[in-house]
Amino acid sequence: MQNVMDLKFSAQSQNESFARVTVGAFIAQLDPTMDEITEIKTVVSEAVTNSIIHGYNNQSDGMVYIHCTLENGTIELTIRDEGMGIQDIEEARQPLFTTKPELERSGMGFTIMENFMDELQIVSEPSIGTTVYLKKTLTNSKAMCN
Amino acid sequence: MSLRIDLEKKGSVLLVRLEGELDHHTAEELRGQIEQKLVDGQVKHIVLNLELLTFMDSSGLGVILGRYKQVKANAGEMVVCAISSSVKRLFEMSGLFKIIRLEESEQFALQTLGVA
Repeated sequence: MQNVMDLKFSAQSQNESFARVTVGAFIAQLDPTMDEITEIKTVVSEAVTNSIIHGYNNQSDGMVYIHCTLENGTIELTIRDEGMGIQDIEEARQPLFTTKPELERSGMGFTIMENFMDELQIVSEPSIGTTVYLKKTLTNSKAMCN
Repeated sequence: MSLRIDLEKKGSVLLVRLEGELDHHTAEELRGQIEQKLVDGQVKHIVLNLELLTFMDSSGLGVILGRYKQVKANAGEMVVCAISSSVKRLFEMSGLFKIIRLEESEQFALQTLGVA
């Protein structure tokens, strides 16, 4: 059976920790490994940080939305903002690419999301916002399927 | 604040011990504190002890890379030690080990810089 969780919070950097810890606690019921919890927390942190820094350009009056679905050992995450959007998604996905080098951004956010998850999709429209869709099936449930 | 920053000067080395979570929110504080020590002068190298760091994301990579560039500009070196497997993966993914040396322990890292 599907289990759903929704979060909505202000685009403020102190909420990055709140977001990843909350999602980490929600997925804990699937009995993930420590590495898997770390991976999920890291990708949530990456996507939320992108929304705050890039989507809303550090203007904290915007909101970030997380929708998380658990079903048969598979985690689906949708992390969305209503910010400025991404001009060139392919360019944004390149390792080490950043539009904000002056803020010491490493340009590794999407690369990390891609590496830690099974699936990554980015939908973005200028002035409308960005939605990042992430999916991962946990190893313990993969073992059960075999 | 979810990151505890402990700074200690040992000769020309700034020893930075981090405890807790290094993300975008805490990275700015870390940058500020280290930069202040760097402008005070006499610091050439940085040793980063990440033994008690429980979480890090790409914002952590950014702030570490930024400090590496600063010490490098002064012909100094940056050494990290005692890192967890998850932090190690981030370093490997971003190629940081090509420029930042990894040592097993703080003691050994300091020895290699001649200040232990």
